[in-house]
Amino acid sequence: MLPMKPPEDSAMASERALAESRSTAPTYVLRLYIAGSSHVSARAVANIMEICETHLQGRYELEVIDLYQQPTLAEGEQIIAAPTLIKKLPAPLRRIIGDMSNTEKVLVGLDLRKKESDARGITKVKE
Amino acid sequence: MNKMTLGPLEKCPTGIEGLDELLNGGLPRGRPTLVCGSAGCGKTLLAMEFLVRGAVEFGEPGVFMAFEENGQELAQNVASLGFDLPGLIAAKKVAVDFVSVAREEIEATGEYDLEGLFIRLDHAINSVGAKRVVLDTVESLFSGLPHPMILRGELRRLFRWLKERGVTVIITGERGEGSLTRQGLEEYVSDCVILLDHRIVEQISTRRLRVVKYRGSTHGTNEYPFLIGEKGFSVLPITSLGLQHVARNERVSTGVPRLDAMLGGNGYYRGSTVLVSGTAGCGKTSLAAHFVDAACARGERALLFAFEESPSQIVRNMRSIGIDLQPAVDAGLLQFHAARPAMHGLEMHLAAMLRAIDEFEPAVVVVDPASAFVVAGNDYDVKAMMMRLVDYLKTKGITALFCALTAGEQLESSDLAISSLIDTWLLLRVIDLAGERNRALYLLKSRGMWHSNQIREFVLTDQGVDLVDVYVGPAGVLTGSGRMAQEAAEKAATLARQQEIGRRRRDLERKRLALEAQIAALRVAFEAEEAELEEAIRQGEDRESVLVEDRVDMARLRHADQV
Repeated sequence: MLPMKPPEDSAMASERALAESRSTAPTYVLRLYIAGSSHVSARAVANIMEICETHLQGRYELEVIDLYQQPTLAEGEQIIAAPTLIKKLPAPLRRIIGDMSNTEKVLVGLDLRKKESDARGITKVKE
Repeated sequence: MNKMTLGPLEKCPTGIEGLDELLNGGLPRGRPTLVCGSAGCGKTLLAMEFLVRGAVEFGEPGVFMAFEENGQELAQNVASLGFDLPGLIAAKKVAVDFVSVAREEIEATGEYDLEGLFIRLDHAINSVGAKRVVLDTVESLFSGLPHPMILRGELRRLFRWLKERGVTVIITGERGEGSLTRQGLEEYVSDCVILLDHRIVEQISTRRLRVVKYRGSTHGTNEYPFLIGEKGFSVLPITSLGLQHVARNERVSTGVPRLDAMLGGNGYYRGSTVLVSGTAGCGKTSLAAHFVDAACARGERALLFAFEESPSQIVRNMRSIGIDLQPAVDAGLLQFHAARPAMHGLEMHLAAMLRAIDEFEPAVVVVDPASAFVVAGNDYDVKAMMMRLVDYLKTKGITALFCALTAGEQLESSDLAISSLIDTWLLLRVIDLAGERNRALYLLKSRGMWHSNQIREFVLTDQGVDLVDVYVGPAGVLTGSGRMAQEAAEKAATLARQQEIGRRRRDLERKRLALEAQIAALRVAFEAEEAELEEAIRQGEDRESVLVEDRVDMARLRHADQV
């Protein structure tokens, strides 16, 4: 970062922040486990791809795994529900289940949004 | 796929002691069974034993899907029951899949299903060719996953799917308030429901099992006590033990010859049940020790359950009356099982005893004292337990001797209320007389044999137990020094009687002598008289002949006519 900066407007500032974060923020390693080509699976794949393209463009690796093809992974990765998205990196590991239709919650799950408080009223503080 | 069979419901044996009898053969094959109960009541163990026995005894591999404990914890927990889970897993007879449900990690974003779980289960089933499946405790999903409505639907689908696969399933569930399980699983699993209960009465815990329902099959409906012992689960349905034992005519010695004589000369029937009741310190254990000693001397095995004394204490105490049990212990003929009655609940005691009997296979069993169990349970439970024990011993043809401590005046009604189960009942009683306490033995009953109705004094000598006739006088039964005084008095009386007879005899002799002297005197007098008379006769005759001669002479002188 430069010590001296010309004044910027808010739009420019956010643009800059985004660019900076792109260069310095860690790469996201995501795995989406789906069970066959059901509607829910298809929806989940479409939703997560859109979210990634919008918020993590250029710094994510998304792997879509069909559990029917690789059933041993279900046990190894502790998959119960389908679809399940696992954020392998950056730490901490997080699981997001469902068809990824609630973008806000997915972003919270990916630590891209600060979570105010969860359903049980426990406030989680994130960096 | 599920085959439609019109025959009776096929059963899947659990292999658990007693449970299959209760379920009339086992769990419904190809259907799910719900095992529910509060925390720590043994659900997981029951399920695991079902799986392990299935794999080991019935050649049916199984899958254990654990939601609460991981594989390592499970293996450790069941190793205490002698199950080698890692070995079975290595041999591909059992598959364990630990499903971790941690809500902290999970974020829900819309609709989901449990396909992941299905795939895991399917994979596990295929990997070992499972016929049995355990889901322990599937309700944990509710705490880990959002949207209970989706979850319920998915569980319903899961149970249907398992049924279609034809695997026999145990699903465990934590007991909820007012319902069998917290999440109402009983609504989905309706073929067979088993309820486990673990209650504590007077600080002693008893585990109980009840088959709440079993669709399409008869089953035991009572609450049955069960145990988790060193070799797993065992349920003890009382109805499984009936009055089917064969009565034997063979007799076994009591170890006390006089007591054998009181029982018609031969002792107890083999396989019968003997009760020795009495107040404290009246010699019950001594009588039991004689019985054990006699059995060991015949080369039979004897098992002694001691609930009040330690084995070494019994051995030492019995030495004081001349019975040395140590050689029999060393020879492996006598085994002690000592435990405090309050150590376990009744059921645990019973199971431990049955197990010890099974392992040692004794010909003779002594329980000293059986009354100790009153501490561990209420009267009804004690009686039920004793009945089961007696039944078991009878079926095995084992002669059993129970000691029972009675208190107070009600000597003939034992505290155990087991008198009706008893074949031969000996009552030892302390008789308090003339400032001392003495023991007396009564033979209250002995089924199926002649027996003495006499009270015997029970004497403990350094040569063992001896039975002595008692004196029954106007003042009652005499024992101890009273009896000895009576014996002395009797001896004196006998002596006096003998002296009297001697005196009489001497009197008679004297009389006879006197009479004989008299007779002799009379004879002498008579002889004198006789001699005198004979003399007189002779003189008379002489005179007569003289007269005749004189007449002849006169005639001759007168020259009388010659005739």
